[in-house]
Amino acid sequence: MTIKNLVRKPGRTTVLTLLTAFLALAVFGGSVVVLSLRSGLNSLEARLGADIILVPSEAQSKVSFQNMFLQGTTGAFYMDASALDKALEVEGVEKAAPQTFLASLKADCCSIKIQVIGIDPEKDFTVQPWIARSLTRALGDMDVAVGCKVEAGIGEIIRIYEQRCKVVARLEATGTGLDTAVYCNMNTMNQLLKAAEEKGVSHKMASGDAVISAVYIKAKDGYDIDAVNSQLNSCVRKATAVRTRSMITGVSDSLAGVSRTVTILIIAVWLLAFIILLLAFVLIIRERAREFAVLRLLGASRGMLARTVLLESALCGLLGGVTGVGLSALLLFPFAQLIESALQLPYLMPDVINVVWLGLGTVLLSVIVAALSSVIAAYRLSRVDPGSALREGN
Amino acid sequence: MSLLELKNVSKIYGELKALDNVNIHVDQGEWVAIMGPSGSGKSTMMNIIGCMDKPTKGEVLLDGVDISKESSKRLTDIRRDKIGLIFQQFHMVNYLTAVENVMVSQYYHSMPDEKEALEALERVGLRERARHLPSQLSGGEQQRVCVARALINHPELILADEPTGNLDEANENIVLDLFAQLHKEGTTLIVVTHDPEVAEAAQRTIVLEHGKVAREVINENFGK
Repeated sequence: MTIKNLVRKPGRTTVLTLLTAFLALAVFGGSVVVLSLRSGLNSLEARLGADIILVPSEAQSKVSFQNMFLQGTTGAFYMDASALDKALEVEGVEKAAPQTFLASLKADCCSIKIQVIGIDPEKDFTVQPWIARSLTRALGDMDVAVGCKVEAGIGEIIRIYEQRCKVVARLEATGTGLDTAVYCNMNTMNQLLKAAEEKGVSHKMASGDAVISAVYIKAKDGYDIDAVNSQLNSCVRKATAVRTRSMITGVSDSLAGVSRTVTILIIAVWLLAFIILLLAFVLIIRERAREFAVLRLLGASRGMLARTVLLESALCGLLGGVTGVGLSALLLFPFAQLIESALQLPYLMPDVINVVWLGLGTVLLSVIVAALSSVIAAYRLSRVDPGSALREGN
Repeated sequence: MSLLELKNVSKIYGELKALDNVNIHVDQGEWVAIMGPSGSGKSTMMNIIGCMDKPTKGEVLLDGVDISKESSKRLTDIRRDKIGLIFQQFHMVNYLTAVENVMVSQYYHSMPDEKEALEALERVGLRERARHLPSQLSGGEQQRVCVARALINHPELILADEPTGNLDEANENIVLDLFAQLHKEGTTLIVVTHDPEVAEAAQRTIVLEHGKVAREVINENFGK
């Protein structure tokens, strides 16, 4: 009977279903966005993998550096490779790994400029663990590992400054600008730097000098990272030490702001929709009083009538929940990249299992809210006095 | 043997005595009409007999049970098990088809049985209209569905409130013929009406005026 009522009252069912679909869309969509941002932040933190990054003072440290990680903007800045040894001399430094950056003009593999990052596989402790997930050996000369957004498959050859590089690994998504980067060893990087110079791209250091762009530093356990950071700033000339935590904090603050906005939006939508649903069910009381009076006369108990109303609203909630989650998924998943670039924050979709759980939770919540909003109607309709309701009808 | 007995029944709303010390009895298998002008207490009596209301004073014995003392839940059970109700306004569930309307009564009584519901509709001449919604049925057809709904659970008493009030003459005769058949089969019928022709179809007419039984008339021509 409940199903028949829903099917044969399509207008009412559609309105109630759309309202709950709206709820589900807001909750599921908002939650996926917030989770993706959190996931992106965690991923960025994991991928940076260092306590401190030492960069040339000219790099304006945080700002340009942060843009490279978050938005995938390309850039290059250099300092003398001796900065690595100087950093290792500082007390409290456990590990130090150099990286050298080079922005390609245009690689024939890519529709966009890419950031090339040279690492020392023997010293590196930040990127190497990620490369190791898809490559069991160290990067060889002219081998490259590419971020997940670089359109090149394993075994393919990509050309950077007319140098042929072989893709030997693809890295997992991070939801950050690092997904558009290409990693190579220092020999390859030196060859690419020479090729770049031949093309007129200067790295602003005297030709022949060994250059690096950054030193990733891990502090020893028990050492105050801020103190190590200060020591680095005073010991390494023409370089600035930046705590990765401070970079993450900036992102984290932005994320907190977005999360707060989304949460407020979700609560507002829920409150609004709950009130509308409540009103809709209260309005239905008058419309259905006679119907329920008849059912009462035919022998329905008050409990049976209350259950009928609750079941109808719960079914609307179920239908709306599934519709809302489906619509939300249709909007969110194909346009993830667009959302990422609009937010300009690390954005990494949660894994499928989490998304499925979130979807199921949202549907369950929609069912509960729809049922709750009909409690007043269920109570009033179950208490309808059959005699007087029918007389009013007459 | 008496199926229904009202002993000194009064129903008082504030200053108004809708029923005033009424005493009636209805035998098993009897067809009784209750007549009276507006405000005479017909509807109040119908509500009390139909377990929709309780008297202020007096006893109402239905099949030996004093229903004036029963709880609301128990009254629902009694109504479902013993009484079939028919109304002037039909009161069908508007989103259910004719056969589904009959099956709703079965659902709350025991278990829906479509075959039996279709047989009930056949009995009232509406087998072909079983899949139609109330909005697709004429008034007469709707009332016949309600008759089928009232008799589907084999009640001991059929209580009809102005059952022909909204029907044309042809449909009125059809409904009265159905009542006659039910009476022949031993069903007890109480028909509340203000229409003398409907009252004349019954064995006995109880006339109410100002909440009191004014007189009782035995229909000498009944069955002829």
